[in-house]
Amino acid sequence: MRLQKLTPQRLWILLGYTAAAAALFSAPLFVSDFRLNLLAKFLAFAIVALGLDLIWGYTGILSLGHGIFFGLGAYAMAMYLKLEASGGKPPDFMGWSGLKELPLFWQPFQHFGFAVVMGIAIPALLALVLGYFTFRNRIRGVYFTILTQALVIITTTLLVGQQAFTGGTNGVTGYSSLLGFSLGSPDTKRALYLITVVVLISIFVLCRFVIGSRFGKVLRAIRDGENRVRFIGYNPATYQMVVFTLSAAIAGLAGMLFVLHVGIISPSMLGIVPSIEMVLWVAIGGRGTLIGAALGAILMNWAKSEFSTAYPEGWLFFMGALFVVVVVFMPKGVAGLVGQLKFRRKRREPEHERVRNPAV
Amino acid sequence: MKESAILQCDDVTVEFDGFKAVQGMNLKLEKGELRFLIGPNGAGKTTMLDVICGKVKPSAGRVTFDGKVDITRKKEHQIAELGIGRKFQAPSIFPSMTVAENLEISMRQKRTVFATLFAKMAAEERERIEHQLTMIGLQDKTAWRAGGLSHGEKQWLEIGMMLLQEPEILLLDEPVAGMTDKETEKTGELLHQIARKRSIVVVEHDMEFVRNFASKVTVMHEGRLLKEGSMDEVQRDDRVAEVYLGKRRDADVSRSTA
Repeated sequence: MRLQKLTPQRLWILLGYTAAAAALFSAPLFVSDFRLNLLAKFLAFAIVALGLDLIWGYTGILSLGHGIFFGLGAYAMAMYLKLEASGGKPPDFMGWSGLKELPLFWQPFQHFGFAVVMGIAIPALLALVLGYFTFRNRIRGVYFTILTQALVIITTTLLVGQQAFTGGTNGVTGYSSLLGFSLGSPDTKRALYLITVVVLISIFVLCRFVIGSRFGKVLRAIRDGENRVRFIGYNPATYQMVVFTLSAAIAGLAGMLFVLHVGIISPSMLGIVPSIEMVLWVAIGGRGTLIGAALGAILMNWAKSEFSTAYPEGWLFFMGALFVVVVVFMPKGVAGLVGQLKFRRKRREPEHERVRNPAV
Repeated sequence: MKESAILQCDDVTVEFDGFKAVQGMNLKLEKGELRFLIGPNGAGKTTMLDVICGKVKPSAGRVTFDGKVDITRKKEHQIAELGIGRKFQAPSIFPSMTVAENLEISMRQKRTVFATLFAKMAAEERERIEHQLTMIGLQDKTAWRAGGLSHGEKQWLEIGMMLLQEPEILLLDEPVAGMTDKETEKTGELLHQIARKRSIVVVEHDMEFVRNFASKVTVMHEGRLLKEGSMDEVQRDDRVAEVYLGKRRDADVSRSTA
């Protein structure tokens, strides 16, 4: 399967990916530090979008709770950064709430390695537990989506309410350095940008592998007909749990990178609205195509930062209108447009011409 | 219980909110047998198939597979793994996937997440799929989206998927419904081929189609067994004729068959 023929079409796609990767890697040479930081943030969002596409685009399960997985990753990293800034003492907001000692669960976050592992493991575990109880009991469709929304509300309420431990509405901010490198210095920022690019490309390749494998085909089969999959002999619940967990882990990873670029995480960044926005990126970019999801996240956020500086009130209306247009006219998003055009051309050819790229 | 019975249903009763769709139904299937299950609408034929494949849990009775396993307690995917394949009335394939992909995931294989994640198509597997494609006559449409196939082709694809599963028992629910005469004929040939190796239960309305097979027929009526025998015997039976023509649906019919 790996040794596929290098058709011209494939060659162009490969060239496209190479060019995109080259552009991302060389961006620090052309772009101002401010823009580079923005781009780094967008790339972190693109990583979430990839994970979200796995579960929504390919498996057909809509999660409106990915802000939480993203946020939990971000908080794990933020806890480490905060402790590094305060030298292991209780952070400032704990003092304001009268907390003198560093709480036990904060202590291991002094270690960078622990924070990174937790930033992936906590969201993954949460998704696994939620998935275990929902998918095994065949809760799906709208009911599952509502449950993910409930998860968002519970988590944000908890974060806001437990101010002494979480920094409340203000969130966690005021970092100084990462492993001794000052976060303010342009060199560190550039390095973090490059790390984000590497992570984005790795996650992209990982998702490609998952989607291309037979596992990925079973996921698409679940999207098409969960019951049929069951009567073939697969247990859809296991597959759904695995992909949901993977998707949450990817979101957590993205959240960690996000905090490093933005320097703050607060409950408002992982609430209902951001969770829905994430889904919009994937919808507009094109669900069911990885490149569409990633591009959707980058373009939408770029547009958001451009538009909202010019017309702060207009942005939400614009985004809403765009969403409606995409859903009505481009069910597969921007990436789907390319496919639609191609299909139209193909339809004019005799039918046997459509037999291409056989998987057998 | 004889050793040769691959499937034995004893006193199976299914209730939906108090309504008894199947009442004390018995069915015994020998290895390599082709059995037709007929009966008027609402007789409980499809429900029987649902019970066997695990879609519906009976309120009473046992279903024994291969003389040892009681499958009424198993989940659908476990029953499928044991070797019972089901074809639904409406063709249910995976429309957004290609014909080849549909067959690939149906093929008998390890179905754990780990196994599918690293599965590679072996030459032998490719051959099996290609062989199946020829058998169901879709060898020129491997890269088609399955959703774009005609109704009959979808039915065949589903039969092909089921055969690749290599089940011991195939449960077919009206496999020729909505097919043209030519397609029906072809499906009949396909069934003959399959029946050489496996046991099959077919629910069918099309009497012409059933008559083409010299095999045992089970007639169900109002959730009960009405008559079992060859097609000729069944057709000569007065009660069966009554049930089908709906002349006298009085109490003695059901009493005498209970």
